Amino acid sequence: MANLSFPSPRVLPALIGLLALAALMAVPAIAPRAVTQDLFGILTLLVLAMNWNMLAGFAGLVSVGQQAFVGIGAYVMFAAVILWGLDPLVGVLLGGLAAMAFAVPMAFFAFRLNGAYFAIGTWVVADIARLLAGQWKALGGGTGTSLPKGTTKDMFGVPLAKDLLHVSSAAAADAVTYWLALALALVMLVASYRFLRSRSGLGMQAIRDNEQAARSVGVDPLRLKALVFLLTAFGTGLCGALIFIQITRVTPDAAFSVQDWTAFVIFVVVIGGIGTLPGPIVGVIVFYLLQRLLADYGTVYLIVLGALGIVVMLFARSGLWGRFSALTGIDPFPLSHRPPAPLRVTASKASLI
Amino acid sequence: MPILSLQSVSKSFGALTVTDDVSFDLAKGEALGIIGPNGAGKSTLFNLIAGNLRPDRGRVMLDGTDITADSAMRRCASGIGRSFQIPQPFGHLTVYENLLVAARFGGAIAAPDAPGHCMDILHRTGLAAVAEKKSGGLPLLQRKRLELARAMATAPRLILLDEIAGGLTEGECHELVATIRQIHAEGTAIIWIEHVLHALNAVVSRLMVLNFGKMLMIGAPDAVMASQEVREIYLGIEA
Ligand SMILES: Nc1ncnc2c1ncn2[C@@H]1O[C@H](COP(=O)(O)OP(=O)(O)OP(=O)(O)O)[C@@H](O)[C@H]1O
Ligand SMILES: [Mg+2]
Repeated sequence: MANLSFPSPRVLPALIGLLALAALMAVPAIAPRAVTQDLFGILTLLVLAMNWNMLAGFAGLVSVGQQAFVGIGAYVMFAAVILWGLDPLVGVLLGGLAAMAFAVPMAFFAFRLNGAYFAIGTWVVADIARLLAGQWKALGGGTGTSLPKGTTKDMFGVPLAKDLLHVSSAAAADAVTYWLALALALVMLVASYRFLRSRSGLGMQAIRDNEQAARSVGVDPLRLKALVFLLTAFGTGLCGALIFIQITRVTPDAAFSVQDWTAFVIFVVVIGGIGTLPGPIVGVIVFYLLQRLLADYGTVYLIVLGALGIVVMLFARSGLWGRFSALTGIDPFPLSHRPPAPLRVTASKASLI
Repeated sequence: MPILSLQSVSKSFGALTVTDDVSFDLAKGEALGIIGPNGAGKSTLFNLIAGNLRPDRGRVMLDGTDITADSAMRRCASGIGRSFQIPQPFGHLTVYENLLVAARFGGAIAAPDAPGHCMDILHRTGLAAVAEKKSGGLPLLQRKRLELARAMATAPRLILLDEIAGGLTEGECHELVATIRQIHAEGTAIIWIEHVLHALNAVVSRLMVLNFGKMLMIGAPDAVMASQEVREIYLGIEA
């Protein structure tokens, strides 16, 4: 009898979610290739945003150096294909692992810094990584290099997708990377939700709110922050490698771009709602629409993005999703731990001290 | 063996010595009060005991074990629970979740038992009605109560309370004293820093006076309050 709450508020979002997921999975089979490619861009941006949201929104680690992990993921994937003759998807996995490995010394340095200094510190480390990538002569040094023609034709899963969808190898490769991006976004969403609901997730949010008090109630800030920093580096590295399979060309400036892989990501999360799980999803949709609307206007586009970001930060600090959720009470991913129901009833009888 | 023992503990901030060669023992289950003028170093002493600060000299012992090098996190796990004079809630979490963190981490209470443990404390501290409110939005008095409740949730054997009675009405103060006496009756040792002397004296069996970081006196409350030196320091406050 513990759970007599109404099922409908939970069932409806779940149903919508499942339908949306089914539709997204079918996209390469039913939609033009350009749509698949566009959605790939949206999904990978979403994955980056969810990772940054975990860091900044839930662990209080405002990193401006996430491009380090994207770039390392991309470069290691290129190395795996070009230098070691491996399948690009094996390269993606290695890219993720390399990003996580790089996060260890980066954390060692950056965790000594707080607040704005942490942000600047991560940025500096990421820029050092960019300079180092420019020294990798086997991958073209400062000018970068391209994936050999036809690399993705034989990529794991592509022949299968080709037969399944009856399309060209190039379109099949798009489909495979797209499905991987979709899977990554889904895993990221579910894993974030489960982590945040766990004991560790609760401790992490306590650290974000007040590190000193968290220590005094027995939480180990270093352990939890390091865990989140390493795991999000892994997710960001995987995503970066995947993005550059699509781009097929890597240069230090593109792979380690603070604008593309961190600034836009911060915008997405802030607009959608930092510290909420649906926030990045809403943010990425708004970002995409703005991009389509303003694509022809060049710098005006960036100015509008910046202005919108500032307006949201000033007048809707919880972002579009936070506002919406507060007004409607709708929350498909409730993170709060609720008191046990039988005790909740007696709450009104509580005595005052 | 005393539960807590401070041995010649000193702490300075630059040229300012805030804790000056303080030594005392606290028996298991004892309730000790600390009084002293503003800036005497009372809260600093708590920071040294709870591990938020490290002493420059001296040792802190818990159950006869040297914990001077232990972190605040370790000391909480070892059984020291504390409140902060300036409340430090986890502002984005609810009142209930604030306690849940304390219970699950410092209290090492298993997931199935934690909700009951937390709700019990919320009832005892009069916070049950705001259990699901975000703690960042609470008024000051409720934030202070939350400090007490969250320290209780770590299931401490020694609880450090820093000025939690200020600003309460007489009735509220009575209820608070009853709550703390109950904690004491359950066997928890207490150190309570408080300016509200009648509340303090209703709980503690010994009183310590701090002045300029030095332990001026420690002993039975009556004897301490009767001392000429203490009366001079407290003239402005007690009159
Ligand atoms: N982190 C710090 N750095 C520098 N000085 C400090 C620090 N913490 C406390 N002090 C100084 O140490 C002295 C003692 O402070 P403390 O907070 O321990 O006093 P207190 O007895 O608790 O006073 P109150 O009754 O006002 O709470 C004060 O002069 C304070 O300004
Ligand atoms: Mg104080």
